[in-house]
This record gives sequence, structure tokens and C-alpha cells, in this order.
Amino acid sequence: MKMGFRFDLLVLAVALLSTPALSDLVLTRVDRRVDLTSHIVRITSTLKVENTGKDSVSEVLLVFPARQVKNLAYLTALSSTGKGKAKTAAVNLPVKNVNSEGMPPALVAYSVSLPEGGLGKGESFTFDVSVVFTHSLQPFPEKITQADTQLLVFEESAYFLSPYAVKVQSLTVKLPHPRVESYTKLENTKIQGSEIKYGPYENLAPFSYSPIVVHFESNQPFVVARELVREIEVSHWGNVQVTENYDLVHGGSQIKGEFSRLDYQARPHIRGAAAFRNLIAKLPPRAHSVYYRDAIGNISTSHLWGDARKTELEIEPRYPMFGGWRTAFTIGYGLPLQDFLFKSGGKRFLNISFGSPISEIIIDTLIVKVVLPEGSRDISVSTPFPVKQWEESVFFMQTKFSHLDVVGRPVVALEKSKVVPEHDQYFQVYYKFNSISMLREPIMLISGFFFLFVACIVYVHADLSISKSSASYLAKVQWEEVQSVIQQVNNLINRCLTVHDKLDASLRDLSRTGDVQACKTARKQADGLLKELSKELKPLLSILQTSPQAVQILPKVEELVVKEKELQDKLMVKHTTVVECYEKKVSGREIENRIASQQNKITALRQEVDDLLDFIDEL
Amino acid sequence: MAASEASSAATATATATTLRQAFGGVLSFFILLLIGVLAFSIRLFSVIKYESVIHEFDPYFNYRVTQFLTKNGIYDFWNWFDDRTWYPLGRVIGGTVYPGLTLTAGTLWWILNSLNIPLSVETVCVFTAPIFSAFASWATYLLTKEVKGAGAGLTAAALLAMVPSYISRSVAGSYDNEAVAIFALIFTFFLYIKTLNTGSLFYATLNAISYFYMVCSWGGYTFIINLIPMHALLCIVTGRYSSRLYIAYAPLVVLGTLLAALVPVVGFNAVMTSEHFASFLVFIVIHVVALVYYIKGILSPKMFKVAVTLVLSAGLVVCFAVVAILIALVASSPTMGWSGRSLSLLDPTYASKYIPIIASVSEHQPPTWPSYFMDINVLAFLVPAGIIACFLPLSDASSFVVLYIVTSVYFSGVMVRLMLVLAPAACILSGIALSEAFDTLTRSIKFQLPGISGGNSEANAGDASSASASAQNDVIKADKTEETAKERPSRKSKKKEKEPVEKPPRNPRNEKKLLVLPFEASIVGIFLLVLLGAFYVVHCVWAAAEAYSAPSIVLTSHSHDGLHVFDDFREAYAWLSHNTEVDDKVASWWDYGYQTTAMANRTVIVDNNTWNNTHIATVGTAMSSPEKAAWEIFNSLDVKYVLVVFGGLVGYPSDDINKFLWMVRIGGGVFPHIKEPDYLRDGQYRIDSQATPTMLNCLMYKLSYYRFVDTDGKAFDRVRRTEIGKKHFKLTHFEEVFTTHHWMVRLYKLKPPKNRLRGKTKKLKSKTSSASNSKRSGKRTKNPWQ
Repeated sequence: MKMGFRFDLLVLAVALLSTPALSDLVLTRVDRRVDLTSHIVRITSTLKVENTGKDSVSEVLLVFPARQVKNLAYLTALSSTGKGKAKTAAVNLPVKNVNSEGMPPALVAYSVSLPEGGLGKGESFTFDVSVVFTHSLQPFPEKITQADTQLLVFEESAYFLSPYAVKVQSLTVKLPHPRVESYTKLENTKIQGSEIKYGPYENLAPFSYSPIVVHFESNQPFVVARELVREIEVSHWGNVQVTENYDLVHGGSQIKGEFSRLDYQARPHIRGAAAFRNLIAKLPPRAHSVYYRDAIGNISTSHLWGDARKTELEIEPRYPMFGGWRTAFTIGYGLPLQDFLFKSGGKRFLNISFGSPISEIIIDTLIVKVVLPEGSRDISVSTPFPVKQWEESVFFMQTKFSHLDVVGRPVVALEKSKVVPEHDQYFQVYYKFNSISMLREPIMLISGFFFLFVACIVYVHADLSISKSSASYLAKVQWEEVQSVIQQVNNLINRCLTVHDKLDASLRDLSRTGDVQACKTARKQADGLLKELSKELKPLLSILQTSPQAVQILPKVEELVVKEKELQDKLMVKHTTVVECYEKKVSGREIENRIASQQNKITALRQEVDDLLDFIDEL
Repeated sequence: MAASEASSAATATATATTLRQAFGGVLSFFILLLIGVLAFSIRLFSVIKYESVIHEFDPYFNYRVTQFLTKNGIYDFWNWFDDRTWYPLGRVIGGTVYPGLTLTAGTLWWILNSLNIPLSVETVCVFTAPIFSAFASWATYLLTKEVKGAGAGLTAAALLAMVPSYISRSVAGSYDNEAVAIFALIFTFFLYIKTLNTGSLFYATLNAISYFYMVCSWGGYTFIINLIPMHALLCIVTGRYSSRLYIAYAPLVVLGTLLAALVPVVGFNAVMTSEHFASFLVFIVIHVVALVYYIKGILSPKMFKVAVTLVLSAGLVVCFAVVAILIALVASSPTMGWSGRSLSLLDPTYASKYIPIIASVSEHQPPTWPSYFMDINVLAFLVPAGIIACFLPLSDASSFVVLYIVTSVYFSGVMVRLMLVLAPAACILSGIALSEAFDTLTRSIKFQLPGISGGNSEANAGDASSASASAQNDVIKADKTEETAKERPSRKSKKKEKEPVEKPPRNPRNEKKLLVLPFEASIVGIFLLVLLGAFYVVHCVWAAAEAYSAPSIVLTSHSHDGLHVFDDFREAYAWLSHNTEVDDKVASWWDYGYQTTAMANRTVIVDNNTWNNTHIATVGTAMSSPEKAAWEIFNSLDVKYVLVVFGGLVGYPSDDINKFLWMVRIGGGVFPHIKEPDYLRDGQYRIDSQATPTMLNCLMYKLSYYRFVDTDGKAFDRVRRTEIGKKHFKLTHFEEVFTTHHWMVRLYKLKPPKNRLRGKTKKLKSKTSSASNSKRSGKRTKNPWQ
């Protein structure tokens, strides 16, 4: 396979050499630095362009082989105005993809627009181009055992591929380790520690190409997210909730043969060198409620540190990730709203980072969904680099229904493939939102409960029987009447009984004080009361007698009334006897003897009356 | 003036009583609400201490079914053929599962989601059990209120809300049938008693529907359909037949059986199996009795006697004929029409004799005495008191409760799992006992405290309200109390005659029901009862927090350097689900089947629904065979990975080596070349150097201990507390593909068959012949699929 590539390159080089120069620009100096210390390939080139032609030129073309463009994730050009100054004054130069005529089909060209009307005759200009590639390091061999270290192959051209002539150029390849399996040796190649230097080469024709291959050892974590879905949910109650669903794979050499936990545990750095066991995610400061879980529950192997500038989350997948192994998990965290939501000109905008917080990760497909609060309008998005929106001109391809939503929350979905840490830039979502809408859900809840209680009250107080004339309904009504009447009867009897008690009490007073007169007045009062009561009782009894529902209960009630009457009579007799005795000054013992039999009867009667009352009560 | 005073006083007392009643209603409403909150929140320890996750084994299956239901809808659910389990047979889930729990949680989820409350299915499943235990305690309140009044109801509900036995099955995450079924059980009993007390057809219909829900939820519904006929029969025999009993019983049997037959998993079993015969028999009996009562009503006593002799002589002949036919029919089936689990209930030794697979489940073992104390705690002492309280006086309702406790005590003695059925009965009876005791004690205190004699009437109101609830069926009670009452006041009145100065109590009704205890004794008694209750609460909270909250898929241990988490099971399942092909088959002992399908989403050979003994025996045979034979069996089953659970490194006791004898027994039950004695040395199960060569060469031993010696050089097994017998060996037909962090789960891959090279096969053969016993068993082992 590698040979195939090489052959490919050779053909390409031949094709390139035959194409003519495109313009009169000359690259007077090109310095390229290739950083291979992680699995993301970063090439930074410093280009010095000089215009040797007559017309002023406004743009410079950069070309890449199509094979590389497939993996090209990120491309920027920075002009450093003022040579001595630091890059703080760097200006981003616009870069765009062009399909210029006469370019060989195996090449893809990008044009860098030069500032201020372009480059005049004889002028020169220096700028930096930084390019990031994903998946351009090929593991070789492709399958290794647990104990082997991982070897990678990197392919590039020793000469800067350009449509222009290059005067002086050099190439530096920085490796993670000094251990290099092999590398292409050209003239002027030297290796210094973990750096391989090619060049300087001078006076190269346009489209010069000389393939080099570096085969080196790298045990850097080969973290590739095949898909990452980030959901950013804005709540105006003060929280921005971020949920990130990762589908992760170790993109390096695949493991073959046995995986022995024993070997891995005994010497993890030798028998598992190519594996990675943890990831570091740098979350924004003041991130809270951080969680880390997967489809089957919480993953307990994570640590969280935080200070004023950042929050660092270290997560370990459930198992060490060897080459080719996959895993999937979710991390989520809340962020304070005021750090990310701002207002400008009547609109609000969310300013939040686009990429993943995990360091040195390649994301094949990144989908960012921004869920705005219910009732947001006039939504627009601004991103620092082109992304695919899921539907042209209609941002919210979907609405999300969350807690008690009625119309749903608008969702802005952005998709981008080949995302590298360089993409971790801020993007903005502008929208209009009325703060009153925040109260919609609380009011809905309150009114919901209110109407529930009102319904309860109405239900309790309303008579919901279907037919007012049906037999059972009438019976029920009558029965209720009867019950109330019986209740009244009971009350009356009870009052009679209290009167009896009073009479008794007066007798006791009599025995203590000997005040016959007081006793007599009490007796009079009692008589009056009892008469009234019996008067009140009569209509109630007549109601009971007429009502058909009371047939069962009537005999008991009547019995009660009769017994009560009897009791009353007996009591009166007793009272009279006692009072008379006192008037005759009979001794206490004598009185007791006289009324003893009466007292017995009274107690028995009282007992019966009580039982009857109980019985009627219990109905 | 005095008259108006008196009348106003009377109206005041009247309004005061209604107010008090209203206040009592509101108070008991709030008490019930708090009991519900208690029942819910005491079960959340698992979520707080661990996480919101589904527990153990069976709940994972239920969770998976619920996921399917919410995703595909009810019709697909009924027709679901699951090809992920019992490979290559598959399982018709819709027709073999009790759908109650799944439908309940699915409905809950659907309601929440249609209100736009986005909870995941998992969350709903995790919290279903606590919600239903709150319902169960409310149902207990209703049931006990029907039996003995509101006070007993509240006490019983509070006890049930935290009874450890029920907690063990209904902590958050324990998403099992029992969680819902206990509520359905209690509620069905409540509706039965309610119908019995009111004679209302409305409640009878509700009862049948509630029974239907119970049938949907749990196989334990047979308990209901046997207990209620038993009670009906008891009532008839003791001469308590009434039209209310008929209304309570007959509609339940007719409607209930029809509804039960609608549940696919029951179907015609509702009329065909012996578990249901009792209900039909009593159904016939109750009709005969009803007829007899009717005829008795229209005939004169003399005519009735004649009719009885006539019918008896004719009826006996018919009865004998019918019974003979029935017996012949039933006896013609080998198990007499009973299912294995029911038989092992009737004959506790049945399972261990004939069905090792039922006996192998730990929750089917009989419980030990300490487990009673652990699971129902002080209720065990209160239950006898409650039974006595039920006999004073015995009503239809209280006789039902007594019958319930007696039968459930028996069943819990047979199977530890059925302790769950005992728990509500114990709570109800203890609630009755406690409430009666408190009633007596507080009343005697109130009576003797002169300061609060005004409170007498209040006590009255409480009495009246509680008494009125149980009044309908308590006619006898009234009689009895009258009898006792007559004696006491007469004595009192004698006393009164001697001391006319003494103020008679305002209302003698209060006094007559009283069993008055000495003041100090009552205070001490109340104090002791409160202490007992406090002890119960402390125990329950401890049980909920420490004993029953572990999800069993995550283990924790406290060491000197803090909490240590063992999350090996999920590590292995996650590895399986992400790093193997979707259609790969994983073989493991059946315990891990549900978890593998639910968490790893891989096809398994056997799982916890142990419906096919032969299939399980095949896996057992493979595990107890030497490597080559095992490889052949697994290969014939298309197995790609073998999963074993090994606790020897960290001391996890319920691992596969400890379960291994069951594999041998179950395997040997179907494939006779596996013999249990081959694995035992002098009747002892051991894995050290004294172990038999068969044991040391079987697949389970090899997969568990592969390269174990390299960990510490001695191969010391922390569970068996011994060094293993055979330390250095290589695997020829399997290769290790994954072992979890603490070695608790080990995954092996079947190596592809080797190319046939002449020289090599000869070499191999000579090797196997040198290992004498492996050859012997190797030759005799036949692949059961050929």
C-alpha cells in the first residue's frame, strides 16, 4: 500500500513538472516546520513572496495534492506586518478555494488575498501559512500486539509544492521521539535529536516535488471522535447546559491477538504503550454540575479540578483504549449564563466555543446544536469558518420539546467535518427574546394547579347524579333527610340527658348545702326545658313516621323516646322524693334507702338509653 | 335563658364534632401523604449512595422490554420475537412476559413525555418501584381501615412504608415485577374486603379489574386466586354465608378468569392448570350454598329436611362421578397439572429432587431464622398480638387477614422470595396490634387524668369515627362489649351509691368500653411501644441504606484510603458492546444473560428466563467439559465469546466457580456423562491441589484461573481462601480478549479451527492421549447437537 502511494506521488511529480508557471511571483524564501508530536499533523510555513512581474498581484496561490486535501482540516494565512514585531499584530488573510484553469487535476489550489490592493512590482511580502491535517499519519504496521510500540508513516514533499519558483527553502520535521525507524535521505538531510532537517534547497522550479517518507515511533494518544454531538441549551434562568456525546475510537495501529490485563497492569507503559487511558477536557471556568456517563450509567473514573481560569476534567474511559477499540460516552456541564450571553443592539447573542474541550482530538463529524429558549425569534449565526447548516436559509431545522414546552424551542444545528483543536473558536448565535416569555412555564404550572383545585372544589360541591327523579336518587335524598332528623332526635335526647344530669347535680348540691329552695328552682327550670324539648321532639317523630326510609330505624327511635320518657319520670319521682325528704329533715341514710330502688331502675334505664343512642349513632 | 344556653351548648358540641371530624380527615390525609413521601424517599438511598441505575439481573430484562415498548409501540410489543437471547431458539417476549410492569412504566413515560417532561425511559424505570411502594402503603391503609378502622390503617401504612422485606424488592432501580405486584396484591385484597363489607357490585367489578392488573404483573397472582376462595370457603363453613360474600366472590371468579385469560402469558392456563381449580370448586360450592339458603327461605323447616335428604343422596352420586373424572384428568398429567414452582411450594423438597434449576436460585431456598428478623424485624413479635386482636371480635374481614397471614407465613417458610408476600400481612396485623395497644393505653391514661376529663368527648369522637368504619360487620362485637359493659358499670354504680358525692362521668359510654390499666403501667407501656417503634424505624433505615441498596452491578468497598469502586461488570459489557460485532454470540452462565442482552446488546445463549432446561444444561455441560469438548459445543452454538465471572482476585464471592456445582448438576441432569462426583473429592467441592483432575481440567476452571498465578506468584484465591490446584497451563482453543480491571469479568474468544496439517494433528493427538483423563472424557463427550 505504501508503495502504491509512492508510485502515485511519482506520477504526480511528473505531471507537475510539465505545467507552466502561473504568474510572475517568486517565493524568495520558504521555511516549513512540520509538527508530528501529536497525531494531528500541523505544518507551519513562512513564505516570502516577491513580485517580479509588471502588474500588481492581489493574491497568492497555495496548492496541495488532492490526496492531502482530503485530510485538510484547517488552513489559515497570517501576515506579520512589521518584521521585528511579535505575532500580536498578525492579520488574518482571507483564504478561499479556487479552481483555476490550467491546474493539474491532482492539485487543489487555494488563493490567499494580499492586503491593501496587492503587491506592486518588485515588492515583497511575508506571511505564515498554517495547515492542519487529520488522519495523515498512517500506522505501519497496521496491526500490532499489546506489547509493541506504534509506528507511524508520514509522507510529504521535501520541496515546497508551489506554482511559483522557489529560491530558498527548508523543511523541519519535528518528531515526538528521537527514535526513528527510517526516513528518506536526500541531499542536505540531517537528523538532530528528534528533528529531521531537509534543505536548504535553492532555485527550484515551480511544482518541484520530491517525496519523503518518515517512519517513526509515536505513542501519542490517537484520539479520534467519529462523531460528536454537542448540544448547547440556553436557559434564561441563568444556565447554559452543554451536553457532549462522543463516539470515540483509537485511530492508531489496531491491536491483534490477546489482551492480557495482567501484562497491562504489571507494566502499563511497556505492555500498553500505544493505548491511552485518560483524556483531559478543559472546560470553561465556573463550569458546574459536571457529569460523565454512558448508556449504561455513570462512569466513576473521572477527576475534576478547577481554578479561576479554567476547569479541568480528567476522564478515563471504562477500559484502556487500545488500537481500534471504540467507546462512547457523554459528558455534560452547566455554565453560568452571564459569561456567555450578551446583548447588543436589541439582540441577544450567545458567544460560545465551537469545538470539543478535549485536548488533541480529531473529530470526524461535529454537530453543534444550539437550543434557544422557547419564544426566540430572528435567529442568525456567525461562525469564524464555514460550516454546514442543516437546512439552507432555515436555521432551525427542528424544534426541541423540553420541560413543559408548548411550541417547542428553536434549535440551530451546525455540522462540520474534520474538526481539530484549531477550530475551538468562538461562534455567535444572535436572536431576539422577550424576557416575559420566561414566565410562561411558571404561570402555566400555577394556573394548571389552580384549575385542578377549582375542579376539585366544583366536583365536591356539585351534584353530579344523572337523574333527579330516579328511585335510587330519591331514596338517597330521603335517607339523608332521615339521617338528619335522627341526628336531631339524638341531639334532643342528649340535651334531655344533660338536663337529667343537672337535676342530679342539684340533688348533690342539696345534700351538701341543704338549700331546698335552690333545688326547687332547678327542678322548675328542668321541667320547663324538658317540656320544650318534648315539644320539639314531636314534629321530628312525625316526620320519621311518614318517611318510608325510616321504617327500619323507627322502632328503635320510638323505643328510645319511650325509654327516655320513662327515665325522665323516674328521675322526677326520685327528685321529688329527695326534696320532700329534705323538707321533712329525714336523715341522709334514710333517704338513700328510700331512693335506692329507684336509683337502680334509673341506672338501668340510663344504660338502655345510652345503648340505644349508640346503636342509632352507628347507623 | 338556661334553655337557650343548653341548646347553644348542644349546637356547639355538634359543630365541634363536625369540625373535629373534618380536622381528623385533614390530619389523616396529611399523615397518608407523609407516609407516601416516606415510602418513596426511604427507597432513594440507592440513588444517593450509588447512582440512578437499574439493579441486578431481572430488572435489566424489564428495562430492555420497556425500551422496546416505548420505541415500537404496544402492537409490536405483543408480537416481539427476540432473537438476541436463547440463540438459536429465540424467545417470544410478547407471549411469555408478564406485561404489567412494562406497560405501567411505559404508560408513565408516555404521560410524562406527552406533557413535555423529557425523562429518559431509564429514569422512569428506576423510580417506578418507589412510586408504587407509596401506592402500596396507601392501599394498606385502605385495607386495614376496612378491617379495623382508620387508626390501625395509618399504623399499618406507616409500617409497610418501611418494612425491609418490601424495601429489598422496591428500592429505586429495582425494576422488577414485585415492585408493582405488591401494590396490586394489597389493592385487590382491599377491594375484596370492601365488597365483602358493602356488598356493592361496583367494588366487585373494580376488584376483578384490580385482579386483572395483578395477573398482568406477577405470577404470584395464583396466591390471590387461592386465598380468596379459601376465605370464601371458610366463611361458608363457619356459617357466615351472606349475599355480600356471594357478590364479593362470584363476580371476581367470572370476570377475573375472563380477564386473566386475556393476558397472553396466562391464556388458557386460567382454566386449565390446577392452581386455578380451587376457585372454580368454591364457585360451585357457593352456588350450592346460595341455592340451599334460597330454598330454606321458601320452604317450611319440615319440607326443607326432606329436600335435604333427597338432594344429598342424589347429589353425592353426581359429585363422586365428577370428582372421579377430575382426578382421572388431573392424574393423567405427570405433574398433576401443577407448575414446577407451585409444586415446590406445596412440597418443599420437590425442587431439589427434580428441578435443580429452580433449586439453584438462591431466592428459592427456604429462609433462615435471622432472615425473618432482618426482613420483618419487630413485626414478627407484633403479629401474634395482631392475630389475637383480629379475634376480638372475629369478623369476615378480620378472618380474611388471619387467613392471609397464616398462608403467607407458610409460603415464606418455603421460599425466601415469598417473604415479600408475608410482609404486607405482617404489617397489617402489627398495625392492628399497635393501634389497639395504643388505644387502650392512651384511653386509660385519659380516663385517669382528672385535668382532661373534657377530652373524654374528644376520645369519643375518635372512637366513634374509628368504630363506625368497622361497624357494619361488627354486630357481634357490639354484643360482646355490651355484655362486658353491663358488668362493669353495675359495679361502678354500686360504688356510686356508697359515695353519692363522686361526680358521675359525663358520658358513661366512654367508660364502658374501657379496659382500664393502671396509670403508671400505661405510661410505661406507651414508652415501651414507642421504643419498639423507634427500634423498627432505625432498623428499617439501616436496612434500606446499607443492606438493600447496592445495585449489585457496581460494588464498593471501604478501605483505609477511602471508597473503592468495582465497576467491572459494566466495563466488560461496555467493551462487548463497542468492540465486538453486532451479531456475535456470547456464552455465559444464565445469570448474566439479561445483563448481556440489555447492556452489551449481544446475543446470548441462555438467560435468566430459565424456560429451556436443556439449553441451560448444554451451557453447563460445556463449562464443565474439558477445553476441546467445550470448544466443540460452543462452536456448534455459533458462540464467538465466552464470559466468565471470577472473584478470586478481589474476593467477590458470587462468582462462577462458586456456582459451578449447579452447572455440573444441571448439565448432568440432561447429559449423563457429566457426573457430579467427578468434580468432588470425598464429597467436598475444592479447587486446590486436592481437587479432582476432572475439576482441574474443566473449562470453567481454566477460564477462571488462566494466568492467575502470574498475579502474585502463588495463585491464592481470595474467595476460596486457598491456593489453586493447577497453576500453570495454556489455553489451546480459547484466547483471552478482555479482562476487567479487577479481573471480575473475563472474556475469551473461541479460536478459529486450525488448518488440518498432518504432522500437527498427530502431535496433538499424542498430547491428548498423554493427558489420560482428558482423553477419557474427551472421547465420551458427545456434542449434544449432533
